[in-house]
Amino acid sequence: MDLMGMDTLDVARWQFGITTVYHFLMVPLTIGLGVLVAVMHTMWVRTGRPEWLRMTRFWGRIYLINFALGVATGLVQEFQFGLAWSEYSRFVGDVFGSLLALEALLAFFLESTFLGLWIFGWGRIPKKLHLAALWAAVIGSIVSAYFIIAANSWMQHPVGVEVGDDGRPVQVDFGAVLTNNTALAAFSHAIVAALMVAGALLVGIGLWHLRKRKLAERPTTDVDHSVWRKSVRLGGFVSLAAFVLVAVTGDWQGKLMYQQQPLKMSSAEALCETEAPASFSVFAFGKAGSNECDDVHSFTVPYLLSYLAHGDFSTAVPGVNELQEEYAAVYGENYPDDPSFGDRAGRPIDYTPLLAVTYWSFRLMIGMGAVSAGVAAYALWATRKGRVPTSRIGVYGSLLAVAAPFVANATGWIFTEMGRQPFVVYPNPDVPVGEQVYFFTAQAVSPGVSTGEVWTSLIGLTLVYGALAVVELWLITRFVRRGITTGDGAPVPGSPPEGPPDDDVPGGRDSRADDDVLSFAY
Amino acid sequence: MDLQTVWFAAVALLWTGFLLLEGFDFGVAALLPVLGRRTADRHVMLRSIGPLWDGNEVWLITAVGAVFAAFPGWYATWLPALYLPFVLVLFGLIIRAVAFEWRHSHHTEAWDATWTRVITAGSLIAALGIGAALGATTLGLPIDVDGTRVGGPFAGLGWPALLGAVAVLGYSLVHGAVFLALKTDGPIRAAAHAFALRWAPVAAVPLLAWAGLVHLRYGTTATAVLWLVAALSVVVAWTRLRVGREGQAFAAWGAMLVAAAATIFGAAYPVVVPSTVDAAFDVTVASASVSDYTLTVMTWAAGIGLPVVLGYQAWTYWVFRKRLTAEPQHTADAEVPA
Repeated sequence: MDLMGMDTLDVARWQFGITTVYHFLMVPLTIGLGVLVAVMHTMWVRTGRPEWLRMTRFWGRIYLINFALGVATGLVQEFQFGLAWSEYSRFVGDVFGSLLALEALLAFFLESTFLGLWIFGWGRIPKKLHLAALWAAVIGSIVSAYFIIAANSWMQHPVGVEVGDDGRPVQVDFGAVLTNNTALAAFSHAIVAALMVAGALLVGIGLWHLRKRKLAERPTTDVDHSVWRKSVRLGGFVSLAAFVLVAVTGDWQGKLMYQQQPLKMSSAEALCETEAPASFSVFAFGKAGSNECDDVHSFTVPYLLSYLAHGDFSTAVPGVNELQEEYAAVYGENYPDDPSFGDRAGRPIDYTPLLAVTYWSFRLMIGMGAVSAGVAAYALWATRKGRVPTSRIGVYGSLLAVAAPFVANATGWIFTEMGRQPFVVYPNPDVPVGEQVYFFTAQAVSPGVSTGEVWTSLIGLTLVYGALAVVELWLITRFVRRGITTGDGAPVPGSPPEGPPDDDVPGGRDSRADDDVLSFAY
Repeated sequence: MDLQTVWFAAVALLWTGFLLLEGFDFGVAALLPVLGRRTADRHVMLRSIGPLWDGNEVWLITAVGAVFAAFPGWYATWLPALYLPFVLVLFGLIIRAVAFEWRHSHHTEAWDATWTRVITAGSLIAALGIGAALGATTLGLPIDVDGTRVGGPFAGLGWPALLGAVAVLGYSLVHGAVFLALKTDGPIRAAAHAFALRWAPVAAVPLLAWAGLVHLRYGTTATAVLWLVAALSVVVAWTRLRVGREGQAFAAWGAMLVAAAATIFGAAYPVVVPSTVDAAFDVTVASASVSDYTLTVMTWAAGIGLPVVLGYQAWTYWVFRKRLTAEPQHTADAEVPA
């Protein structure tokens, strides 16, 4: 089947892209919001102030609704390397699989077991142990991020291996795989980027509620006011601090990439010819759909690219055209005439990633991150000394800008993954050419699986994911609009008590506790 | 014993642990329309597995991860050969996972009923699909010398897949019923008890048949003994149920699963995917394995990590050990675990 001119490889790539980007909408929110909810819960246990408890309840519930979809879509990831990418799995088996297994063993168990304990543990276990359960789950998420990024970074920059007799990598140094500089940079970048997602959510929703309350002339002295105000302040500070760290870690990662995958970075700039000193492109225009570098023209900032790449204002940055020739000379003009390359056997290799994708995803990532930081700064300024902003543009703009760090996270990964094409495992330039481990995407797909099968799963998964996104957004929107429901009515029985936590087991031990604990949890 | 054998045993242990734990939550979910006709009963059933199902499911992720980590040749042969069944399993697990969490996020009866049905459907699909995949990997898949599937998308779905599917579902249904009898009180406990007592002898047949077939094909004296232990455990489980000892019945039914799984994995070793095309194409522990270095690294990690995981997971079972009831006034709440 050759529907829309796409073969199994193309369909499998779309499937991986769609399912992974979708999954990664939940992941940064899980990581970032998990940390912030744990902070809120800690503040409640320490201070006993009711606003911290209400914040824990409100944001905790959004965290859980989101977590469910993250877990569900994460399952697909564990299976699809085998399902659609069996030759990739065989090739990288000595390194990649063990990182996934360790992620499950050391992170997923921690996450799922202790989150269950946190959800159902209100009123059942001592308060400090209950708080520790949430922290354990949050640490599980972060450990999980580390292992999966170490696995991804090994594809970007394979270390700790030698070429085995069958041409496949054989692991010789697990420590090197875990301390891959690519992984350390990408992990720190991803974690702080996740905090920006959570910060933006707190700011956007908090400002909206503050404004709504002010227009309704609700008091500014009650607990609920304090809930939204503290949410905005916490979210704003976290966003701004995270943005600084995102820039620092991104710069580190960028400089590494200029050494490890120069074509990715030159493609990010649509830099055709080698420049010394090199200029940073701000905006580009060219022939739509053309992957010819020379068709692109852009507005540039002189010297800046040399600085981003090498930390000075003069060093040359190699251009796409020169790099394409260099790679072709080392790794071949054409794919080998081997059946494992399918239809692509013997065809020319384009070492340049899709320029439109790398160039614009890189700019969207930076731009949306900056938008987020701008909104956070606005929110902190607008709420200074107890003020409540009522500007429609400011508040609704901040609400809309909740999407910005999600876009930044997604485009960052799209850039990283599209930028390493046509390789799925990129050759490590620190290793002598004959001893390098590398693998083309074109040879990674499962040979026995038909295009029809992959179309079936792609369409099926996309439809289910789409439907789930509608329900998830509806649930979260509805919940967010309603705000905190317990503040103005009778307290929900069985849910955690208002007021200072005592050293006894918290929670009403009335007969309906089991049922009602769920009304908190979900 | 070499490390490849250790890891084959570890993979067998993880799959067994997954079936032992997730088996009862699959079963409880599948029994919702049977035993949970009243809303209150359904809620008790869901509450009994609510805090546990997610942790149970991680056993599956770890089992699949361990297959990939230790035997990429097995992972890369097995999954694409059964592409559509595995995708179906994923659908089942996805809708089930979100349904568990989202069911509580909106309070209308129609919403509750819809997501409850989704939990049942997802669990049924997942249990059947995983059973089919395991049945096929122990009794044969049409693979060539490169481990690539021969034939169309459904070539891997022969009678072994069907047998595995029915076996896992039958086992899970009774496991879930005994779990409910153990974990709840009141009418739901009686209904679950009656269901288990009636169906246990029938539900064990496909699993015992599957284990028996793998034993007949590859087995040794040791696996014959294991098979007998499995068969005997069914009798023990049934008699313990008759006298109302639900805890012992649950243990015996679990022992049946463990012994049957041990029969299957023990007999199949060292073959991990038998080829129905030619026995020379069988994927074995040796041909599928990673290097000794990687196995050593993982042995250290699992040796330290697994006991810790078992410890805290057991502890959460203990925290949530109290019996649940549909009638609030009957709740024996005096004892608070701390």
